[in-house]
Amino acid sequence: MIIQAIFIVMTLCTLGGAVGVVSSRNLFHSALYLILSFFGVAGYYVLLSAGFLAVIQLMVYIGAIAILILFAIMFSRESAMNSAKESQANRQRWLGLPVAMGLFISLIAVIIPVNWPIQQTAPTTDMVRDLGVAFLTSYLIPFEVVSVLLSVALIGAVMLAREENPPVKETK
Amino acid sequence: MSGLYLPKEYLAILLFIVLGVGFGVVTLWIGQFFRMKRPYFEKLVAYESGNPPTDEPRMRFSVKFYLIAILFIVFDVEAIYLYSWALVYDKLGMFALVEMFIFIALLLVGYFYGWKKGALQWEK
Repeated sequence: MIIQAIFIVMTLCTLGGAVGVVSSRNLFHSALYLILSFFGVAGYYVLLSAGFLAVIQLMVYIGAIAILILFAIMFSRESAMNSAKESQANRQRWLGLPVAMGLFISLIAVIIPVNWPIQQTAPTTDMVRDLGVAFLTSYLIPFEVVSVLLSVALIGAVMLAREENPPVKETK
Repeated sequence: MSGLYLPKEYLAILLFIVLGVGFGVVTLWIGQFFRMKRPYFEKLVAYESGNPPTDEPRMRFSVKFYLIAILFIVFDVEAIYLYSWALVYDKLGMFALVEMFIFIALLLVGYFYGWKKGALQWEK
């Protein structure tokens, strides 16, 4: 009963936040809606007894990535924050529609045939420990690829943020 | 929905969220019946330690902050993997140690690249 109520609240947070991200006129508000959506996903993790993932969702997604997005909005041109007059869709909307629909249909096609096992009891083993073992044994290559990905993100950020010609108007 | 199970230790967090949100919402809601609402210009000016504001709050920040933020996130994410690794490395032994050294070495490639490119310098 209480769990169903939590589930409904979390679903409202996740979906409502997601709709808010794409429908909000103010880019800054979109980023705040994204935090709401992330929070709902963190609630799902708690309901799935994945406490470690819930904490990571809160600390990394909300605490770091959402804040980075807010930063990125503040780095951008001033009109991006108040783009009430601009259209919310760009020129590629008709290309984007079939791509988004195709992605949706293929995801549904993957999700539906899978038999999702439901356990009546809580997992007894330490999930984080299992996660660590899985990273270091059966998911070794993805684990190392993550490191490469992070390195690429770092190098990409350095490339992007290096200014050959610093703009005239700039804060310290 | 019978398969859903909520561990009891999360009930404290739930209570915390409900009380935290409730306190903020209820006090603001009750407060609006008692507080006076007479705004004038000085009241609506943004408070900056007693000084009048000199600039618009919506200004462009330097992109250097972005680099610092990305650096933080990269090592934040690394910490997740370090945490799950630290719980099991005594069981997996030398193998896990070498794995983590490779992981960190790959990360350090990006770090030293940024270092050499002067990304850590905060020149004005």
